[in-house]
Amino acid sequence: MIWGALLYGVVNSIGLALMALGFNLTFGISGIANFSYGAMYVFAGYGTWMLFQKLGAPLFVSIPTMVFLTGLTGAIMYRLVLVRLRGLVISEVIATFGIGLAALELFRFMGLIGFEYTLPVLVEGSIQVGPFFLDLQRAFIIVCGILLTAFLWVFTRYSPVGLAFRGMAQDEYTALCLGIDTDKVAMLAMGLGGGLCALAAVVILPLGTISVDAGYDVLLEALAVCIVGGLGSAVGMVVASFILGMAQSMASMFMGSHWMMIVNLVAILIILAARPSGLLGKQKELEERI
Amino acid sequence: MPDKEKRLRKERLDRGIKARSEDIFALSSWKEISYLLAPRVLPLAALSFLALVLPIYWKKVLVTTAIFGILAMSWDLLVCTGLVSLGQALFFGVGAYVAGSLNHKLGLPWWCTIWTSGLLGGLLCSAILAPVLRLRGIYFSMVTLVVPLMLVRIIEATKILGGTEGLSGIQGFPTLTVELFLSLGMFLCVLFGYRRLLGTDYGLVLQGIRDNDRSVMSAGINVYWLKAQALFLAGSAAAMAGAFMTHAYMFVGMPVFALDYSILPIAAAVVGGMGSIAGPAVGAFLLVPLSEALRALGALRIVFYGVFLVIFVVGLPEGILHYLQRKYYQFERWVSVEE
Amino acid sequence: MSGKIILDVVELVKDFGGVRAVDRVSFKLREGEALGIIGPNGSGKTTLVNIITGFVKPDSGEVFFKGERITALPPYSVARRGIGRTFQMARPFYKLPAYRNLIVPLWSPRVRASGGKYGDREAVALDLLEEVGFERDSSVPFKPAGALPHGYLKRLELARCLAIRPELIILDELFSGLSLAEVASTVPIIEKLQEEGHSLIMVEHRLRELFRIVDRVIVLNYGQKIAEGNPREVMESEAVKKAYLGVEPEGG
Repeated sequence: MIWGALLYGVVNSIGLALMALGFNLTFGISGIANFSYGAMYVFAGYGTWMLFQKLGAPLFVSIPTMVFLTGLTGAIMYRLVLVRLRGLVISEVIATFGIGLAALELFRFMGLIGFEYTLPVLVEGSIQVGPFFLDLQRAFIIVCGILLTAFLWVFTRYSPVGLAFRGMAQDEYTALCLGIDTDKVAMLAMGLGGGLCALAAVVILPLGTISVDAGYDVLLEALAVCIVGGLGSAVGMVVASFILGMAQSMASMFMGSHWMMIVNLVAILIILAARPSGLLGKQKELEERI
Repeated sequence: MPDKEKRLRKERLDRGIKARSEDIFALSSWKEISYLLAPRVLPLAALSFLALVLPIYWKKVLVTTAIFGILAMSWDLLVCTGLVSLGQALFFGVGAYVAGSLNHKLGLPWWCTIWTSGLLGGLLCSAILAPVLRLRGIYFSMVTLVVPLMLVRIIEATKILGGTEGLSGIQGFPTLTVELFLSLGMFLCVLFGYRRLLGTDYGLVLQGIRDNDRSVMSAGINVYWLKAQALFLAGSAAAMAGAFMTHAYMFVGMPVFALDYSILPIAAAVVGGMGSIAGPAVGAFLLVPLSEALRALGALRIVFYGVFLVIFVVGLPEGILHYLQRKYYQFERWVSVEE
Repeated sequence: MSGKIILDVVELVKDFGGVRAVDRVSFKLREGEALGIIGPNGSGKTTLVNIITGFVKPDSGEVFFKGERITALPPYSVARRGIGRTFQMARPFYKLPAYRNLIVPLWSPRVRASGGKYGDREAVALDLLEEVGFERDSSVPFKPAGALPHGYLKRLELARCLAIRPELIILDELFSGLSLAEVASTVPIIEKLQEEGHSLIMVEHRLRELFRIVDRVIVLNYGQKIAEGNPREVMESEAVKKAYLGVEPEGG
């Protein structure tokens, strides 16, 4: 039994990390908390479904297309709306929140609710891990998560664009002086965040149905992970995903699935009481730069 | 030497009548006094008129408008201190549940529960949100978004406070007239109270925290304690609104934490004009009747709010009230740029 | 000037990531004394001030004010005990008239605690502005702060600091951006503060004006204190010359 809980815990944790990846990246880099993140997730899900079911495009076409489209949406959102609001935190938050909300409720209005809205699993079958059987889709999630994190690590350390990202995260003015077009970089960051969000969506959504409420859930999960781990800290995000993922899994196994969300809330409250800037948050450093 | 292009800039000047009605000079003529009083008196007169003549259905809409107006104004008070709340539903819902519980468990009547729920609700919410005040504003926004959504799950899972069915059989108001005039009375109290508050030196300090909290801190003022106070002042009003609705519907359940109660105050404030207290009130009076008229569209309502939000935040960030104020007090003209 | 130590800074250290901004800096300030802190850009002067006033927590070291340990207290606690400071980048409340900018600091509990008159804040504000050089019967104090020229903004910043009636005043580059005439008119205000018994710390780049006011100077470079003494002897020191002017190339 414990084996099973542990295994699902790991899957859950990596799933959480995948979900939070895009959000954390956008915030850590361009400083924009993208409250339309949940809407992007659902958008990617429905979009892939449309391409796959209605247009008959094979998965290996519809998935990359949707990832690209979601990223594009993020970039366009930045270019059209957010760029006018840079620096006005209140307006940025309200704008992304408004867009996300409008999109999600539009999906609900269009009646995209039902069991027919599912994405097919990417890999059929299951493998045996110890005394337990793990379906391959979940194994795929694990692999995906690890690969993506590794790729991002390499990307932000060794590629010019990735380094530009990190430079901008540390000090925007200096980055500007060094010739980095911060608006383009921020747009790219929003696009990247959107793309990552879509990737998480197509990998995780096959486990259930695509629903509008998943949008709100994902936003909640991403926020919980980022609050516990500390905004802008990649390592913190991973650590937080595991803490929350394992705790959720245990709670689900022993107390019922309702309690998974409650774990999030309890974790948030504990963090706020004990270490408000998150486990590895850079809040303190950022606050000190007068 | 190339010809210098004739360049124009927009110049804004106070209208003559505005200048003449500054300070005590307003007393010099009826025209000046009415110029000053009109924006304050006319809406009040209109409100009283409507409260008396509207048919029953629209009277109920007026009640809802007043309540949402209170929510919007409480959101705006927080914004004046620099706090952006994405979850007014938290205050609203907590107030609603406290009122429901007080009435259900202890049998306290509505004229007792409303204000006690307001105070208790405000205290509770301020206590929950206090730890986040030391962090950057974005954390506050995130936590306000997350907590009401979580509370819904908790109620659902633990089945406390009536669980998914909620608490019903709550005492209602004796008559519609009482309900209407109580809501309007609360609305006006909050409107005038908040405006008065922001006009005092204390209010100035609160807005100073929004503008430059470093400067305020270096003057020896504990900004976190003041923010907590602002949270209490705003939260109590919103909690009272929630308590009122509990008695109006004679029921309290999970829907009190619905996103509607979080998003509409923001939409009303953005449309009406953030930071002015009166702006969100105007916004509420525009959006709530509009959404009633659009009731048939169901979920599309929230889509409208969202779209409105974005359009106004980008296109007319100052909001309708500020825009009207500007037009009322000033006129614009093009002048050539002096060399 | 009594011999009592009003500010005691002991071995302060602050690292930002890989950069050591303040490297074991110590100094003492006597009551009524005027101390200058100088050094090339980036030498840690403002960070030092931020640590003393509580905006930045040091990694190690202590700060004592009037014998009381104030290390790592939040900025409002430090201010309440009697340390006032100006900011290098003065950001007033742009939309408010100049004198209403002072309402906020006058609201501070410190004002009441130190026996200040707080009943009619507007009148006190206008008095304060006059003290720092705003012409009394002009429209200048009533103009929105955003419309004030730079020199007046700096004076407003000074007034804001004085509003809380501090015992120790820390001025962070008060003279920066001022014309010679503006500096000349500001110096008497500072000298008057000294006469009234305030202790002063001035972080400055404009050395000629600074040296007329202060009795003692410390020099920072790369976070370290490289010299301390009266202005004359400090400027003669080899280490200071090297820090400001650089080393002469070989054969030059």
